[in-house]
Amino acid sequence: MATLGALIAGGYGVPLVMLMGLVLPGATIAGLAWRVARVAFLLSLPISISVGLVSVFTRAGETVLFVIGPFDATREGTDFAAQVIVRLFVMAAALTLFGLTTPPRSLIADLERRGVSPRLAFVLGSVVGAIPALVERSRDVQAAQRSRGLDTEGSLGRRLGGVLPLVGPVLIGSLHEVEARTLALEARAFGRPGTRHLLWAPPDSGLERAARWLLLAGLVILAVATR
Amino acid sequence: MTLELRGVSYRYPGYRRRALESVDLRVGEGAIVGLTGRNEAGKSTLCLVASGLAPASIGGELAGDVLVDGESLRVLRTHELAARVGIVFVNPASQLSGITGTVFEEVALGPVNLGLAVAETVARTRAALAAVAIEDLAERAPNRLSGGQTQLVAIASMLAMRPRHLVLDEPVAELDLEGRRLVVEALRALASGGTAMLVAEHDRELLAALDARIVTIADGRIAVPA
Repeated sequence: MATLGALIAGGYGVPLVMLMGLVLPGATIAGLAWRVARVAFLLSLPISISVGLVSVFTRAGETVLFVIGPFDATREGTDFAAQVIVRLFVMAAALTLFGLTTPPRSLIADLERRGVSPRLAFVLGSVVGAIPALVERSRDVQAAQRSRGLDTEGSLGRRLGGVLPLVGPVLIGSLHEVEARTLALEARAFGRPGTRHLLWAPPDSGLERAARWLLLAGLVILAVATR
Repeated sequence: MTLELRGVSYRYPGYRRRALESVDLRVGEGAIVGLTGRNEAGKSTLCLVASGLAPASIGGELAGDVLVDGESLRVLRTHELAARVGIVFVNPASQLSGITGTVFEEVALGPVNLGLAVAETVARTRAALAAVAIEDLAERAPNRLSGGQTQLVAIASMLAMRPRHLVLDEPVAELDLEGRRLVVEALRALASGGTAMLVAEHDRELLAALDARIVTIADGRIAVPA
């Protein structure tokens, strides 16, 4: 809901409401607020940098803030970049919270129960499962870097600075892991067409069903209201 | 139940040099062939090629042919390959699917994918867990195991599929003596049922315990045939 809400709505208002009204309370209740913020930052950083550079320096605008060589940084471009980055961060935070609180096996089993193909269910489950794996890998990489002298503790600035050297190894490591998982699944006939008899299915209470419909209705209202 | 490589040469994608060169190898019904050689001699590559994952999943260029029971792996799709030839990877952690919550589900994943009925899947899974004595791990999370436990889970996950041909890449590298004994027993039992097995292994003692016919590979070529 928060991911789609941030995607649908422009500006700062709706994405920030999604963040403060849905994602942050959820993450706080789950005791994952700092972890969600950290992973969302990691996930959104690479694309935020490219969006920021392109928008700030190439988007047309009347108010020039500063000039670097042939490039003008405009207020309009900066504002646009900030809006996109806020939306990206909210979407990443919502997905991260979903990933950290949803066991991939439950998602995959539930999707398959509803008729989704095992392959598609696996792809979606892998996306969800990738987030806790990302957290774990970032811990390992950080420990390795710390053992070689990288200072990652202290002030917020220093801690955020400590996140930057993680981005490359963590993301590249994730790609390698996807390759290994694909191979592991293919070695176990995962792509076989036809019926699979699942060993279990996650429970789905009336309250959960009602919450889903409520969120869906909220999303439709938001989409109509922000058109 | 035979697994045969005929004049097999293989090159990984993006590499000019061939990792395997003109390899001829036959593993007959119920036979265990032990593949030895130094690091980077081509053992793991040969395992991937013999299982069909290279080039089917990994890509690369294959010359010659790999035959299972006389049928070329080239004509089989990846899920058909998996049903015919099982493989245990050198790194047991990379054998884990990452989509299961317990060891039981992890071991059961193969039989579930084969479309077996629930009762059959459960029976095979229990038997596979018992074969390597890890029943007590059944409810544990697969990603929270020691290296040795993960290796046993990886082997059990293949045993549960009951492949007619099995390729194992250093299957006991992370195991203690008891774990090795259990794996040897399980593999011997499989072989006595007719499964053709190729075991890449540095440890000659293990291969001797398996009564394996030993083949040595060097620089991608079979240096010392059986």
